[in-house]
Amino acid sequence: MTRGSPYAPHTDAETAAMLDAVGVDDEESLFDIPEEVRFDGEFDIDARGERELRAELSRTFAKNRDLTEFLGRGHHGHYVPALVDDISRRSEFLTSYTQYQPEITQGFLQALFEYQSLLVELTGLPVANCSMYDAATALAEAARLSNRVRRVSGDRILVPETLHAGKRSVLDNYVAGTDLAVETYPMDDGNVDVDALGDAVGEDASMVYAENPTVRGAIEERLSEIGELADEADALFCLGTDIVALGLLEEPASVGADVVVGEADALGMPTSYGMGLGLFATRESFLRQVPGRLVGASEDAGGKRAYTLTLQTREQHIRKERATSNICTNQAWVALRTAMHVAYLGPDGLVELAKRCVTDAESLAAELSDLKGVKAPVHDRHHFREFVAHTDQPAEAIAADLEREGFAVHVVGEHELQVCVTESTAAKTDELVAAFEEVL
Amino acid sequence: MDYDQARYSRDDQYEPLLAEKNAARVEIDEEDSPLPAELTRDSVELPDLSEPELARHYTRLSQMNWSVESGPYPLGSCTMKYNPSFTEDVAADPNAAVHPDRSARSVQGSLELLCDLQDYLARIGGMDAVTLQPPAGAAGEFAGILVAKAYHEANGNDRNEVVVPASAHGTNFASAAMAGYDVVELPSDEDGRVDVDALDAALSDDTAALMLTNPNTVGLFERDIVDIAEMVHDVGGLLYYDGANLNALLGRGRPGDMGFDIMHYNVHKTFATPHGGGGPGAGPVGVVEELAPYLPSPRVREKGGNYELFDPEESIGKVHGYQGNWLVLVKAYAYIARLGDEGLTDASAKAVLNANYLASQIDYEVPYDPFHHEFAATAGDRDAADVAKRMLDYGVHPPTTKWPEFVPEAMLTEPTEVENRDSLDDLARAFDAAMADSDEELENAPSKTTARRIDQVTAAREPRLSWRALDDESEE
Repeated sequence: MTRGSPYAPHTDAETAAMLDAVGVDDEESLFDIPEEVRFDGEFDIDARGERELRAELSRTFAKNRDLTEFLGRGHHGHYVPALVDDISRRSEFLTSYTQYQPEITQGFLQALFEYQSLLVELTGLPVANCSMYDAATALAEAARLSNRVRRVSGDRILVPETLHAGKRSVLDNYVAGTDLAVETYPMDDGNVDVDALGDAVGEDASMVYAENPTVRGAIEERLSEIGELADEADALFCLGTDIVALGLLEEPASVGADVVVGEADALGMPTSYGMGLGLFATRESFLRQVPGRLVGASEDAGGKRAYTLTLQTREQHIRKERATSNICTNQAWVALRTAMHVAYLGPDGLVELAKRCVTDAESLAAELSDLKGVKAPVHDRHHFREFVAHTDQPAEAIAADLEREGFAVHVVGEHELQVCVTESTAAKTDELVAAFEEVL
Repeated sequence: MDYDQARYSRDDQYEPLLAEKNAARVEIDEEDSPLPAELTRDSVELPDLSEPELARHYTRLSQMNWSVESGPYPLGSCTMKYNPSFTEDVAADPNAAVHPDRSARSVQGSLELLCDLQDYLARIGGMDAVTLQPPAGAAGEFAGILVAKAYHEANGNDRNEVVVPASAHGTNFASAAMAGYDVVELPSDEDGRVDVDALDAALSDDTAALMLTNPNTVGLFERDIVDIAEMVHDVGGLLYYDGANLNALLGRGRPGDMGFDIMHYNVHKTFATPHGGGGPGAGPVGVVEELAPYLPSPRVREKGGNYELFDPEESIGKVHGYQGNWLVLVKAYAYIARLGDEGLTDASAKAVLNANYLASQIDYEVPYDPFHHEFAATAGDRDAADVAKRMLDYGVHPPTTKWPEFVPEAMLTEPTEVENRDSLDDLARAFDAAMADSDEELENAPSKTTARRIDQVTAAREPRLSWRALDDESEE
């Protein structure tokens, strides 16, 4: 086996000739590191061959139990078409970098322009960036945007009391360096308690955040009213959603959303232990306050349309501490995959998929509700993809028993389980219901 | 080397947009909708293409894109090295595709890998504890600075300044500012390193941290690092290591041994995980023991033969909704394990050799030395951006241009360890040929790439950011 890096292609003769050209005796002399901080120890990491490593990692991953995941709450495992895997892994996409030389990176720039365009179509808002890390960081950046554009009107960010804990924690960290304060407003049977929100908004709100569907899977019924409440208080209305939901639920622009955030990797990625793709779309008036990268269309010297990263003066590598955000590396390749998946589905496919999310969740809830000791859904609302079930027995114990039967569900309360169904798991709902029956 | 990049073109544009090929509007009809009309949108308009059409579209786009596998990609500070193919297969293992809310007992394999990766990174950086959560280098910086802030607050120190050298990556400034700190910019001395007197003047009881890249952004090792660390610690500040240039240090120096208290790793740079055209990356953060309680949650640990997630006692909370960019971390683990001690050490040796060899072969002034894995050449009285455009015509990707700002017409070049002598000679020829070309040739470049010189001013003045914007325009 090669000593040294298997990916450094130098022969010994080449190395010697190059050292000679540089004018040194050995590689060590090129390191200008003072003796007192030179490292001469070992990391104690054994090199392994490729075949060995593949076998090792496949053994390691085999220790993950093969469970059917009826899990959601912001991370959704939809079926990814083979085309997406196949073509997104072409090295010209995978091993490329940020498009600092647009003339030679038109392919990726166009793919990102198309990703932005798809989000514009689905949100109805005219500006979408080409990605944040995930829904949580997108929400947090939206709060910071509200601070830039609504500084005069207030410093309170209002979020639902049911906000996903991960999102809340990221939001708290992103606003820690500002004068923003995060407050919660109550929910009512799975939807925003609009009256309570109206009391809470006040004059000094900077942003009102609501989700559709909510983290508990319920579809909001009074989004336009929420948008109006925010608008009257001169606060931004930020709507959290995901890319599949955008195919069927109310168009964010039509309910007055100023910013749309959420998870776009619901299409394009398999479940990947939480890796995400933060979608971020907003109004034209906030264009110069948008965090992250934007691809714009222009012309080349031959008069043909061509694409380039644009408005980069907003970015950290130019404006440094006055930048709209510190984001540099984002989730470009995931955005490419998502765009491919959306294009693969097309309008009929996306609408059908979204409808299926509603009907599959509805019928699974009904079947579970037929079981003694289960009531589902808990909320008397329409649901998208997931719902909460009330269980007479402790939810923890049921979930643990279900896991032994090969199924994963969320525990969201002492007597509450949350179940999510997608087309990837729809064929196994009968088995899930049977397993419930078994363990109840 | 003769070179022509693929170009698919039709009328007034290159490959048409998806929506221009075919699009359709689908009305959402209440009769066959599972929801009442007031809860749904009216219609959806999207591209409507067959799978073969899509396969061709995206294959064409891929062919109109430069990558590490197309040729040299010597972007300084970006560390674009070859990404081994097998790491993709490893990351695609179906057993690795798990939901982040799975119980720890059902994802022991994933947790084991993460735990081992935490351990590898700690050893490589000379750190005591590592978190894998930050989804990019800048997210790591932000997390690291929040950790510093939490530490100072817990110790009753109200500090409001972070010191950053002028040569640092722009993200350092932005991350510190995001965390609420005033940024004190530090000038470089005439050797291109930290000006120790200026540092002395900048440090005070207000200093929360100094953020350093070492070797710095022109590849120079901060030889006074031990003194610098002492100066920062003497005023009660913390020393932060920006891992962007760790590729030059692997096995020869560890930030922890140099007195750094916090560092982030750019695993997509140092450990050859594909940059994906701009991400996903991952920016794990390592700290010394004293700061470990403040790290983001969750971390991973082994207890009695089982792996579990845990929240450090004084954790700052989260900087990513879940556990970070998992697939990238898998690839980083596989890369580190493939190379081991000798491979990692050799990688930095060859990276440094390559930079020095390339610099010796080009006819450019390199104002600062001795440098490690990257060097700042200057285009002198030529426009570095124009020289770069001309280099594209010679079949190589040019270096980072006009940065850092203190090097006039900078061409920050980092060949990495994956180029052999032939390929470096090709690069050198491209450098020199571009420099020897006339002003006119430079200004008219590139011509062999998919697109010719792109008008970036108009793109910024009249932003057109979606096909809808293009459409609206053509209707006007």
